[in-house]
Amino acid sequence: MTAQTLTPESHFIDREPYYEAVGDEIAIFEAAYRNCLPVLLKGPTGCGKTRFMEHMAWRLKRPLITVSCHDDLTASDLVGRYLVKGGETVWVDGPLTRAVRCGGICYLDEIVEARKDTMVVIHPLADDRRELPMEKLGQLLRAPEEFCLAISYNPGYQSVLKDLKQSTRQRFVALEFDYPAAELERRIVANESGVDAAMAEKLVKFAQMTRNLKGSGLEEGASTRLLVHAGKLIGSGVDPVVACRSAVAQAVTDDADMLAAIQELSSSLF
Amino acid sequence: MARQRLTHGEIEPLLDTWLETEFTFHAVAPVARTLSELTRDEQDFVLDWIKRIANTHITLAFHFAKRAPDLLHRLDRRAIEAWAVRLCDTYDRAGIYAALSVVEQADNYARTGQPHTEGALFDDIAGVLGNFVRGLSGRKLSIEQGDVVHTDGEKIVLPAMVSRFASRDDNFRLAKATVVLLWAQTRFGTLRADITAACAPYPHPERALQQFNALETLRLTSRIGRELPGVHRDIRRLMNVLGEDLPDAWQPLADRLAAPDAGAEDSLDLLDVAYRLPDFPAWCHQGTLRPDAVTAARAARLDKEKARLRIKLAQLLEEHARSQAPQPAVAPDRPDIEVTPRDDNGALDFEITLDGAPLAPPDDVRQLLTSVWLDFGEIPPEYLVPAGDGEYDLKAVFDQPEDPDAVWQGTYHEKGAELYPEWDHGRQHYRKNWCTMREKTVTPVYDDFVRDTLTKHGGLVRHLRRKFEALRDENRFEKRQTQGDEIDLDALVEALADARDGREMSDRLFVRLHRAERNIAVAFLVDMSGSTKGWINEAERESLLLLCEALELLGDRYAIYGFSGITRKRCELFRIKTFDDAYDDEVRARIAGIRPQEYTRMGFALRHMTRLLNAVEAKTRVLVTLSDGRPDDYFDVYRGEYGVEDTRMALLEAARTGIHPFCITLDREARDYLPHMYGAARFIIIDDVRQLPLKVTDIYRRLTT
Repeated sequence: MTAQTLTPESHFIDREPYYEAVGDEIAIFEAAYRNCLPVLLKGPTGCGKTRFMEHMAWRLKRPLITVSCHDDLTASDLVGRYLVKGGETVWVDGPLTRAVRCGGICYLDEIVEARKDTMVVIHPLADDRRELPMEKLGQLLRAPEEFCLAISYNPGYQSVLKDLKQSTRQRFVALEFDYPAAELERRIVANESGVDAAMAEKLVKFAQMTRNLKGSGLEEGASTRLLVHAGKLIGSGVDPVVACRSAVAQAVTDDADMLAAIQELSSSLF
Repeated sequence: MARQRLTHGEIEPLLDTWLETEFTFHAVAPVARTLSELTRDEQDFVLDWIKRIANTHITLAFHFAKRAPDLLHRLDRRAIEAWAVRLCDTYDRAGIYAALSVVEQADNYARTGQPHTEGALFDDIAGVLGNFVRGLSGRKLSIEQGDVVHTDGEKIVLPAMVSRFASRDDNFRLAKATVVLLWAQTRFGTLRADITAACAPYPHPERALQQFNALETLRLTSRIGRELPGVHRDIRRLMNVLGEDLPDAWQPLADRLAAPDAGAEDSLDLLDVAYRLPDFPAWCHQGTLRPDAVTAARAARLDKEKARLRIKLAQLLEEHARSQAPQPAVAPDRPDIEVTPRDDNGALDFEITLDGAPLAPPDDVRQLLTSVWLDFGEIPPEYLVPAGDGEYDLKAVFDQPEDPDAVWQGTYHEKGAELYPEWDHGRQHYRKNWCTMREKTVTPVYDDFVRDTLTKHGGLVRHLRRKFEALRDENRFEKRQTQGDEIDLDALVEALADARDGREMSDRLFVRLHRAERNIAVAFLVDMSGSTKGWINEAERESLLLLCEALELLGDRYAIYGFSGITRKRCELFRIKTFDDAYDDEVRARIAGIRPQEYTRMGFALRHMTRLLNAVEAKTRVLVTLSDGRPDDYFDVYRGEYGVEDTRMALLEAARTGIHPFCITLDREARDYLPHMYGAARFIIIDDVRQLPLKVTDIYRRLTT
């Protein structure tokens, strides 16, 4: 048992990641890629954005470099910085720079979480210039045709502070993601977790119930990802009600009343 | 060692005092005798509550005292306490006669309940079941408390306590099963049937209604078995415990209604047969059918929802047209909208197509469609005609905020007001929905006040600005960090020298940008009672103005509200500056326009500000109260201990949510009660209000650095 070490450039995806297309998003992404246009993925958490990116990276046979953005992520974290090695300063490329150099797909997950100055860095890369300015090196890196920039954003967090600026969003081809329709979601849950069709149907129905609660005390309903988790637990012999509590209810809320209500919903179904 | 129980002779004088038998002539002797037979622990419990209820109404306390010993054997103390609080609440809300009817409910518990029941209290279960029922598909129903268990298609009414079973969990299961059955009445078409007309031809329409309810209970219970098998299992188990069963004569009817496609019309078809059968013994989770309530709710809903849906559709089309490229072709004057409901696997969803192309309905449209579909079983075509311009009066269709002053013209009502509880010290419990609070805006006064004040206190303003500037945090580079964007050359040179020297090399070699992020929200609550008239009002306005001038420098979010009121029915909070308002000429004019109003009822104002503050995203929240003295209200118990205790409680509540309350008081005489009242808050007493802005800078420094 050894963990694998991969450099970002060699992160090619060899096996086809399971992905069920909801609409024409695959075709649109491919067209955008061919035309060197950056892509913005919108949608609630756990609805398949990251999986879609993996699938596209496999399809386009490009390495996928994912950066999960957080509120302390600065431009240097993306572009690169000088480090001290053995008494000398050495320049080290950041993930964005590495992706540009190797013509990979750079996926900036939850971009609104990052500091404002990171946006400025990606702007010239996201329009027809396709250039990455590396101020500290005094260089300008021009992206090869194979390079692709993709960012994701969850419009559900309706906070003024966490909104994507027009100057940023208007540079991207936007793809909207939502929870898949019931029939499709059933197939995904069954396929990913290995539960039978009847159980998948119940899980999807349960997810629908939690999504009904959105706005009355719940920020988001259960995502497809959580259903898959619950399905996997059930597949390993965990009681469905317990699985729904651990994999779904506890994941979506901490509020005791809401937890109890979700618990009642699942115990009504199974 | 257990304490000695109180004797009859010890209890009677207590009751004499609390129940004022000298004037009321309540016969307390037999009550005292029954109480003397309880254990000391039970005695303490009952006596405590008698005293607390007597604070509200003596007759109620007497009735409580008479029944409490018997209830102790039947119910757990939690339930008795809940009953006692309900007595007081009902008295507050509806007077003594209504409260006495609650007293009689206790006799009901005594008749139907089993001994040592742990009831499921409405207040304990309403939150969970409310969320639960909103999670089920269909119209979003609410849960309310009432005497008759029923639903009108918008709300589900449950009793104050469910106590058919000994254990609390079983009682909760029963309440849940009841909620599901009543939800199913809305969801699966019971309420769509014209029940009144169907029952009218029978000699005893009331009985027909009962039998119809029974048929629907059979149909829906088996439907629940398919939709929510978990609930169905609970129902079976509870019925088993109670020994409830399906009478043989009803079996064929039940079989027919168990068919997957059985609807309310099947129950109507079977009503003739059922009417001839003996009465159906009601199942435990069954409620009452109230066609009158259903019709009333439906009548109020239909037109409004039709209008709302048509307006929303028009908006949807407009947005859709805007997002499409302008089409050269002539658009048809009547767009062809089709809605296909999908009632699939318990979920209710709608697909909208516009001229054949699918359109994603937003949540509000989807909910309206759901509601309309539940009323008709289809979406009537006239509901899908987008509203024309000006066809509806938007104000009439969508709920509008009420004008707070209009309340006092014509009949009094509480529409649009917010209700706040108040702490009753004597009762040691809250009075529910006691204060009727409305927000108003101070009328701006554009006079010379602002200019005069700023000229008069020019020196002070400059001084304050300097003090506040010192508080201001700025973006700066932090040197010698272990991580950072750039290399700290000074540190690196030193480190290299150290290394040459044979010493250990430091790893603090980077420069990091520290970003100033002040994350503070402050609310100022200003006393606008009549007693501030004169120099206090003058000084309040001046210091608010100076404060704003200084606060603008820091960029913190702040709000200013004034409070005043007369009696609990007219509690008013005056908006001077909300968190979202910018500090502009209008805000300055509003500060200039602060005028003394009526009395100093403080609890509601503190509670409302607590809520407003908690809605603001900030790391530190500060609530600064500025008042001129003791809480007081017109011809009311609020004067004195009651008001002090309520204010104290409101401050405690604020502190409990993480707010830092701070009180500034100008009351120079009565310093004795202040430490108690402001227990949860820090406070200062100042003689000269002009010190106020200076004092606030101190508070700031302590709270933010």
